[in-house]
Amino acid sequence: MEFSEHIKTANVEDVVLKLPFQPPMRGTLCVTGHHLLFSDRAEEREWQLLLLLRNIDAVEKSVENLLGYPQHPKAGQSQRTTGSSGTIIIKCKDLRILQLDIPGMEECLNIASSIEALSSLESITEMYPFFHRPRELSLNDPWGLSSPEQDYVQTERLWDRWRLSKVNSDFSVCPSYPGAMIVPRTVDDDALVKAARFRQGGRFPVLCYCHHRNSMVIMRCSQPMTGANRKRCREDELLLQAVIDESELGYVIDTRSAQQAQQARMTGGGFESKSFYRPWRRIHRHMERGKVLQESLIKLVEACGDPSHNMDRWLSKLENSKWLSHVHSALSTAGLVAECVERDGHSVLVHGSDGTDTTLLVTSLAQVILDPASRTFRGFLQLLEREWVQAGHPFQQRCARSAHSHARLRQECPSFVLLLDCMWQIWRQFPLALEFSEALLLRLAQEAYASDYGTFLCNNEQERCTLGVKENTHCLFQFLLRCSEREKYINPLYEPTELAIWPSVQPQSLQLWTGLFLRWTEHAETMAEAREEIWTIIKEHRERTGAEETTHTPPTHRDTFTAVENLMDELTIL
Amino acid sequence: MEHIRTPKVEQVKLLDRFSNKSTTGTLHLTATHLIFVESNATSAQELWILHHHIASVEKLSLTTSGCPLLIQCRNFRVVHFVVPRERDCHDVYSSLLRLLRPVSYDELYAFSYNPKQNEQQRDEGWQLIDLGAEFERMGVPCDQWQLTDVNRDYKVCETYPRDLYVPITASKPIIVGSSKFRSKGRFPVLTYFYQERKAAVCRCSQPLSGFSARCLEDEHMLQAISKANHNNRYVYVMDTRPKLNALANRAAGKGYENEDNYSNIRFQFVGIENIHVMRSSLQKLLEVVGTRSLSVMDYLVGLENSGWLRHIKAIVDAAIFLTKAVTVEGASVLVHCSDGWDRTAQVCSLGALLMDPYYRTIKGFMVLIEKDWISFGHKFADRCDQLDGDPKEVSPIFTQFLECVWQLTEQFPQAFQFSEWFLIQIHEHIHSCQFGNFLGNSQRQREELQLKERTYSLWDHLLSEQQLYLNPVYSPSFAETHPVLEPSTQPWNFKFWRNMYHQFDRSMHPRQSILKNTVMLKENSKELEIVYLCKTYLLLSWSYILSLYTLPVHSVHPGSLFGEERTVEGSSATENGYGEIKGSFGSKSEPAIVSLEFGVARMTC
Repeated sequence: MEFSEHIKTANVEDVVLKLPFQPPMRGTLCVTGHHLLFSDRAEEREWQLLLLLRNIDAVEKSVENLLGYPQHPKAGQSQRTTGSSGTIIIKCKDLRILQLDIPGMEECLNIASSIEALSSLESITEMYPFFHRPRELSLNDPWGLSSPEQDYVQTERLWDRWRLSKVNSDFSVCPSYPGAMIVPRTVDDDALVKAARFRQGGRFPVLCYCHHRNSMVIMRCSQPMTGANRKRCREDELLLQAVIDESELGYVIDTRSAQQAQQARMTGGGFESKSFYRPWRRIHRHMERGKVLQESLIKLVEACGDPSHNMDRWLSKLENSKWLSHVHSALSTAGLVAECVERDGHSVLVHGSDGTDTTLLVTSLAQVILDPASRTFRGFLQLLEREWVQAGHPFQQRCARSAHSHARLRQECPSFVLLLDCMWQIWRQFPLALEFSEALLLRLAQEAYASDYGTFLCNNEQERCTLGVKENTHCLFQFLLRCSEREKYINPLYEPTELAIWPSVQPQSLQLWTGLFLRWTEHAETMAEAREEIWTIIKEHRERTGAEETTHTPPTHRDTFTAVENLMDELTIL
Repeated sequence: MEHIRTPKVEQVKLLDRFSNKSTTGTLHLTATHLIFVESNATSAQELWILHHHIASVEKLSLTTSGCPLLIQCRNFRVVHFVVPRERDCHDVYSSLLRLLRPVSYDELYAFSYNPKQNEQQRDEGWQLIDLGAEFERMGVPCDQWQLTDVNRDYKVCETYPRDLYVPITASKPIIVGSSKFRSKGRFPVLTYFYQERKAAVCRCSQPLSGFSARCLEDEHMLQAISKANHNNRYVYVMDTRPKLNALANRAAGKGYENEDNYSNIRFQFVGIENIHVMRSSLQKLLEVVGTRSLSVMDYLVGLENSGWLRHIKAIVDAAIFLTKAVTVEGASVLVHCSDGWDRTAQVCSLGALLMDPYYRTIKGFMVLIEKDWISFGHKFADRCDQLDGDPKEVSPIFTQFLECVWQLTEQFPQAFQFSEWFLIQIHEHIHSCQFGNFLGNSQRQREELQLKERTYSLWDHLLSEQQLYLNPVYSPSFAETHPVLEPSTQPWNFKFWRNMYHQFDRSMHPRQSILKNTVMLKENSKELEIVYLCKTYLLLSWSYILSLYTLPVHSVHPGSLFGEERTVEGSSATENGYGEIKGSFGSKSEPAIVSLEFGVARMTC
């Protein structure tokens, strides 16, 4: 395999690993094609760390000549005479930071360069999901939870006015859409093709949610290409007309400010003008995207790593990162969409410019607010599959690097992390309404950046088809729904409610997601113990009430990552 | 009653502080309360505001719908009434102005409040907390510390209690001499004894050292404290003020201990700001969080500029310093500030809370407050503005202490027997003047007022309903494994206490509460367990068991957690989750207007 080209030193003994809140460990370090393996077999306890190289965001190395500056007085431990050593600091995309002290300057440099090369491989088919073959999963297992076809068949309230179109089955109409979409029944495929030409990236308006209470819908698309000379597209106008009855109104929620939408016309984009889309009212709600959002994340993570104990400095850094403002605007825009649908009884069309980031953020949060089905464990994963994976959120580009990376920013943007943060805020305010726990959100935040599974690979369905992702990798969502996994992520307090859950968006109601951003910086032991206690109370309660026997165990956040699995499989591949 | 001109005003509107919602009802003015009764037939909710809770009444300029009256309360309730007629509004306004400024203690609610208890019950209530027993629990008196009767008649220090504990080697002349060298006569006395290391936490006020004055008796006093501890000869002297303040005090003949004059002391400034800084800090904080449609940026900037969390952290930092000196180094510590009744009380009590699991129980916490705050003369009357007094004396010192405790409960969810509602309830009553405990400024004054004969004890009341304040995840075994708490002082652990400062702003609360739910489950399990035991061992008939044991379930329904007189927004019926969700968004007012909860999207069609 070509991985070996990058590995000059595969094994180093006597490496010291320093993890937050743990005593330093001495053991053997091993670099493989996809993993960094550290194992400590010194004493009776056997401890291993298996880190996906893909998870590594930045490597910082420093080498020292020990002859000049003796650092380890306990030279008895290592009999090396080279007299030099090096330190590698590894900063992960899941925000963990670990330090490796490696004896031998050359070894240290070799390891660092291997990590650098292997962690930034671009070829998707060489990534670990294509090699991950756990014994308990089979490639013949179903991939994914649902498809647009199934969604359509299962939603009876759609049949009357909506149909399933396979106009994009070869991805020629819109490369970032899936093969099938739900569109108004009265609009034929030719009209869709024409409407697609009028929308950026071919993302014409499609249905994403039909409200169970009043059959009002949420649709999404990208910006119309009206350009400077106010082009029109009859088919696009008719498509939107077909969504609502003549007497009714619809709202277009544009996730850009009015000024930005105007400016977009200079580069060929634009917005739906009042005169051509008569029953539609346009509302602009500015949301940050792209580089601004990525820089916000970088600043926040930097602030969380600040060792100073100064209150004012922390608050000003937190404010300066603007992360909570982004959480606020995402939740309030989603709240607005939900309000239009539920309280006002109108349909809504959401778009920004590309329709692949803020648009999806808003439509998926609005569905969580409105739809009890998307608050179940399975339902939420289905929502993510539908609104993010199939709808073409470019995970590969957005999650290529995270907050620690020194590389120049390209298309990175933490839209998905922002969604998870908003979900966490909703969970904080409605701790009984979601069937899943914070542990699931944390797991997803990690999997989106580095995963054993193929779910978040590629930018859209077309790429997944071309590369055979579904045939050659395992599906994360299917895996999480398996009984043994599922228990880790269940919310013990879950009580389903049919009502909409309206989150408060007052700044006093929003909080920093410490579980994610301070996961590795803070001692959360006492918190975990308290969570366990709640579990116990609930279990006792269930036992007493004679409810079905529950064997749930408390979710422990840290163990999800360190589990060493199937190393042997990988080693044989090498 | 002579102050009430208009006892009842109808058609008064109550505006929500943060949304456009309003309710209409009738306003009643009684001798003790301002009552608003919603006129909606289906949910006639009531809002009771005790006059003592009202911090300020403001008449705003006339609007088309009536005359607005803005009432701000010390328990952070802000109510905005609109009275249809200007004359009524003025009558209510002027009546309130008089009623909320009682000039003598006899006018306070505590002297008219009667919970239907007989004399014996009242006395028992007052005897619940016994500080002598508390010092015994700590292991005092012992071979090094003794009880002194020097202050028996409040002659040496009138703001201290009668019973004081001093080192065995400190003779009366030394005590008296030392007290003359200390501001307000508050000489060093024991407040907590850490038995394990025989280390003492002592408190006093600043020395009257000026630029060079010395006092041999005072030096002897500190020597005696040092000698009483065999583990560590050094005594830490913690001056909780910023150094600059202490320096400035020297010009007024006060100041701090000179390390050269005292043997074996280690002097340390801690830098907690004074009452004036704290008062304006809270003022700023409340202004910021009271802003309508506040942006996240303005909120965080405002939080920082108010300095409130910085002050809270400074107090916790000081308590951690104290705890480490005592538990790790086994050293005795002497804590003081200027007069030794504000910052000193905060640091000593918080330190003791960190060191001793007993204070983290409901009863223990009461003892702690009784000891470090009430008996040692924290000036509750002045600080909480119980009587019409000097506004410069008012300061949220005790509120800060409660908040520090809350910050700790957030870090150690299993360490405390009580939940935040207990803290909030205590806060409610330092201002309510409904019970005698917090009235007055010192023990001596309380005895003169004959509070134990004429009023009731809050502790008795709180203990009788302690079910409501239990922390469901409290674990006594946690105390065994963590006798001393070591909180993290990373700034992100200090959070804005929403449930205190927005306790009445329902729209801001989490819509469902883990705490309440867990309490409920736990209670249910207990009931079921009792039923189960009865069934198996007593072989009682089902109907009998049910009639016996199902009753308490209703009485401890967590809906009553908020107390009946404290909620405008929801009766206990809405606490079941569904109701709360429903209640949180009200009805749609006009069909084509997207309501403003999520922003500015007003549209006409």
